[in-house]
Amino acid sequence: MMERREFLKKCILIVAGASVPISALTLIDPKKVLAANPDIQWAFLVDTNRCVGCGFCVKACKTENDIPLEANVSRTWVERYVYTKDDKRYVDSPKAALDGYTESRIDLGRGEFKEIDPKNVGKAFFVPKLCNHCSSPACTQVCPVGATYKTDDGVVLVDQTWCIGCGYCIMACPYAARFFHPVKHVVDKCTFCYHRLSKGLDSACVNACPFGARKMGNIHDPDDPITKIIMNERVGVLKDEFGTKPQAFYIGLAQEVR
Amino acid sequence: MKSHVWRPLYVVIVFVVALLVFRFFYVPNDFGSGKRGFMYSYHRISNEMEWKNQPAKYGVSGRERMHEYCSACHGTVVKVRTEKLHGIIPCEDCHGPAMNHPEKPEKLNIDRSRGLCLRCHTDLPYTTSERHRIPGINPKTHNTGVECVKCHNPHNPSLEGMK
Repeated sequence: MMERREFLKKCILIVAGASVPISALTLIDPKKVLAANPDIQWAFLVDTNRCVGCGFCVKACKTENDIPLEANVSRTWVERYVYTKDDKRYVDSPKAALDGYTESRIDLGRGEFKEIDPKNVGKAFFVPKLCNHCSSPACTQVCPVGATYKTDDGVVLVDQTWCIGCGYCIMACPYAARFFHPVKHVVDKCTFCYHRLSKGLDSACVNACPFGARKMGNIHDPDDPITKIIMNERVGVLKDEFGTKPQAFYIGLAQEVR
Repeated sequence: MKSHVWRPLYVVIVFVVALLVFRFFYVPNDFGSGKRGFMYSYHRISNEMEWKNQPAKYGVSGRERMHEYCSACHGTVVKVRTEKLHGIIPCEDCHGPAMNHPEKPEKLNIDRSRGLCLRCHTDLPYTTSERHRIPGINPKTHNTGVECVKCHNPHNPSLEGMK
């Protein structure tokens, strides 16, 4: 004869034992788990001090990603900033700097140009720009159909077969990094050359830059040389106040560069 | 209650059910979100693979790996280049994308145009920029209409090595 207390105790023990699956008893090897899901977070580093405005990056990007060369859209571009000694500031990026900067005159838009007296030029520099692949991207948040998204390794992509071309994301991006693809008729943007990264190659613009102004690294790897620069040197991001946590870091930013 | 009150509700129910059925068949099964969650990454998971599988066009001739990709076959030219000033320029910037070039060595589309050289060698009055360290010319007065490579050797650009 079993007592009630004894009976209940045994019942609880059996039920608890049976509810533990076999898989819970196998030991997890952290190395194996990490190898299966590598902890990658791609980040970009632009050293504006090194940029000379040759535009090879834009040419390589457009060629690699089939963006029509003559169309006035680009996944990446280079801006020229010229400050005159009488405290005027000029910014331009003719044809997204596809052919580099081969003229000293500033493109004011609408076919107007401004020639600056070389003696009046104070400081001038070039700034390459591209999608910042933000950690909290406003563009993916507003997509009504789930066609643009942030991957687990930190790249913002567009599903171009699913995109309906409404243009919400183009409006939402504070950096004007998105555009309407003139041939595909959907939204297009920098992918960090995702197809090249997954093949172990540098992205096309990083590969093309002769001066090392563009670099890319895994910001979750403390031994990565780019991560070390981002962690140890004075870098800035564009439009920090928008709270999108951009992942493209810049060395040598100026107040006017936004 | 009379049925004329309920009838609009039936219409709404039919409409919602029809929408859900349509959605069930139209939306791909692999829609989901990764560790970023619904807000930032609700998407068709298979699209990530579609992007990854896109073919690359440029090989590896970039600054970081210093033309090792090209030197396997064109060793001597690459060696001349890497020792000279233009050694920092990746081969593919001028010679064009060459991803499948080793397997299918068709003639690459080499850009010998004046504009290609002028990208760096136009003289701009920007003394504070890195651009100023590169020798520059005025494209409007310096041998206009002639390709730079007629006189200058792009692989060995020192003025002593002029053709």
